[in-house]
Amino acid sequence: MSSIIKVNNLSKHFKEIKAVDDLSFSVEEGDVYGFLGQNGAGKSTTIRMLLTLIKPSAGEISIFNKNLSTHRSDILKQVGAVIEKPDLYKYLSAFDNLAIFAKMSGIKAERKLLMEQLKMVGLEERAGSKVKTFSQGMKQRLGIAVALVHNPQLIILDEPTNGLDPQGIADMRNLILHLSREMGKTIVVSSHLLSEIELVANRMLIIHKGKKIVEGNVAALLDPSKSLVQIETGDDNVARAKLLHTRWAALLQDNTRCLQFKMNKEEVPQLITDLVSIQVQVLSVNPMHSLEDYFLSLTTQAGYVESFAN
Amino acid sequence: MWNLLQIELFKIFKKPRTYLAFAIIAAFIFLIQLGLLVNGKDWMKFMLGSLDETMTIDYSKLVNGYAVCFFVLNLLLVHVPILVALVAGDVVSGEASMGTLRLLAAKPVSRTQIILAKFFATAVYVFALLLWIAIISLVISIAVFGENDLVVAKTNGLQLIEANDVLWRYFCAFGFAFIAMMVVAAISLLLSVLSENSIGPIVATVGIIIVCTLISEMEIPLYQKYIKPYLFTTYMLGWKGFFYIGSTDDGDTIKGSIQYLPGILKSIAALLVYMLALVATSVFIFRKKDILS
Repeated sequence: MSSIIKVNNLSKHFKEIKAVDDLSFSVEEGDVYGFLGQNGAGKSTTIRMLLTLIKPSAGEISIFNKNLSTHRSDILKQVGAVIEKPDLYKYLSAFDNLAIFAKMSGIKAERKLLMEQLKMVGLEERAGSKVKTFSQGMKQRLGIAVALVHNPQLIILDEPTNGLDPQGIADMRNLILHLSREMGKTIVVSSHLLSEIELVANRMLIIHKGKKIVEGNVAALLDPSKSLVQIETGDDNVARAKLLHTRWAALLQDNTRCLQFKMNKEEVPQLITDLVSIQVQVLSVNPMHSLEDYFLSLTTQAGYVESFAN
Repeated sequence: MWNLLQIELFKIFKKPRTYLAFAIIAAFIFLIQLGLLVNGKDWMKFMLGSLDETMTIDYSKLVNGYAVCFFVLNLLLVHVPILVALVAGDVVSGEASMGTLRLLAAKPVSRTQIILAKFFATAVYVFALLLWIAIISLVISIAVFGENDLVVAKTNGLQLIEANDVLWRYFCAFGFAFIAMMVVAAISLLLSVLSENSIGPIVATVGIIIVCTLISEMEIPLYQKYIKPYLFTTYMLGWKGFFYIGSTDDGDTIKGSIQYLPGILKSIAALLVYMLALVATSVFIFRKKDILS
C-alpha cells in the first residue's frame, strides 16, 4: 500500500492564533481515516489546507505522491469533498447543481451519469426540485453526490453527519463503508461524533488545539489489553502508598489525578479484591476502553492519552 | 475557461434578482415613453424655452424616437451602476455567504480563472442590460415616435443633428456606456472579493459612485485640480460627447463629426486603465485569500 496523503510539519497561524501546529500524518491507500477533534481543534483548517482553500503558514502536503502546491489541479481532479455544511445553489435544482460541479471537475455532465449519481443518493425523483426545498439530510446526500460525481480516488468528508437525524447518520455510515469496501476509495472523515468514527474508520488521528495527540490503528487503540481502568477511592494518596509493594504498582499510571491502571479488563475483579483486602475504600470503578472515553479524556487529563500512546 | 464562463452565466441568469434590473428598466422607460406620447410637445416647448419667439419650430417633429432615447439615457445611465452593482457585487461574496465558494475553490480550476470567468460573465450581463435599454429606449421609441432630427442642448445653445447622422452616435454612446459600466462592475467585483456578504459590496459600490460623483461636480478648485482628474466618475459621462457635433469656423455643423474626440478617447483610455487595475487587484487578492466561509 502506498501513501495517498502525506502531511509534514503543517502549521497554520491566524495572526497570533495557532490553528494547526506542526501536524504530521499520513493516509494510506484504501484507508478510512478518522480525523478526530473537538470543535476548534483544527480539523477543518487542516482539511481546508488539503483542499487548497487555506494556504499553510509552514509545512508540506503531498497527495498521490505529488506536491499539492505545485500539482494542485492534477491532484484535485482526483479528490471529492464535502466541506462542513453541504451548501449548494439553493435557487438551482439538484440536477443543475450536480451538472455545474461535474463540469467544474472536468468531466462531461451527461444526463445519464448525473441521474445515476442522484439515484445512488436517493434523490432521483427530486432531480428537478430546487435545493431550497430540500431537508438538511437531502442536501447532505446531494453534497455527497457532488463529491462523487467525477469518481474521485480520494474522498474528504468534513463533519458529514452534522445536522443529520439518526437514520441519516446510519445512511452516511453505510455509504462510507460501501465506498471503502465495494469501491476501494480512500476516505478521510472528520467528526466530533466519536462513535461514528469508531464504526467506520480503520485508522485515526486525534488532534487537540492544533497539535497531534495520537495517530494509529483504531483496532489497536481499542485493544482490551490496553484498557485503562480508573478507580475512585476514599483517599488516593493512601491507596497509592498501600499499593506500592503489591504487583499492581507496576500497572499504576503516573501523572494522573486519580488512580489509573493500564491492564487487562479480566483482572479487574482481582484488583478490587486486593484493594479491599489492604483496606482501600473503593468508591467506583470505571473501565475506559471505547474511543469515546479515549477522546473525552482529552479535556480532562492529557496524561490519559499519553498512557495509550506509550 | 469557456466552460467556466458558461457556468457563471448559467448561475447569473438563473437568479431571479438578475431580472429585477431588466424589469425596473422596462417599467421606467415605458413610463417616460407614455408621458412623452401624451405631453411630448409641451415637454419640448419647455426644453427649448423662448426659442420659438425667434424662429418657427415644428415641435411634433422634434419629439421623435431619437429625442426620446436621448432623454431616457440622460435620466437612466446615471442610475444603471446601481443595477450593475446588484449583480456584480454578489458574484463572489454571494457565493461566500451561500457557502458555495469553498466548493468552487476546491475544484481543479485556478482561482484566476474563477475570478476572470465571473468578470466576463458580469460583462455579458452588463452588455445584455445595455442592449435591453437600447431596444426599449431606441428601437421602441423609433417605432412609436418615428425618426427625425435630434436637438441637443449644449452649454452655449442648441444644436441640430440630422436624422441620418444620429444612429451611429447611439451605437458609440452605448459602447462607451458599456466600458463605463464595466468599471462599476470591476469595483463591485473587488469589493465582492473582500466581503463575505452580498449587501456590503452592493451598498459600498453605490456609496463610492455617489461620493465620487459629488466630488467631481463640486466647483472647488482643490478638488477640481487635484482630485477630479483621478476619479473614474469624471470620465463616466463621456458618452454625451458623441452627440456634440463638430463645426466649421463659420459655425456650420459638420455631418459625421465629433467635437471633442480626443477628450472621449482619453475618457475611454482612463476607464480601461481603471477596469484593468481593479480586475488585476481582485485576482491578486483572491489568489492569496484564505477561504474560511
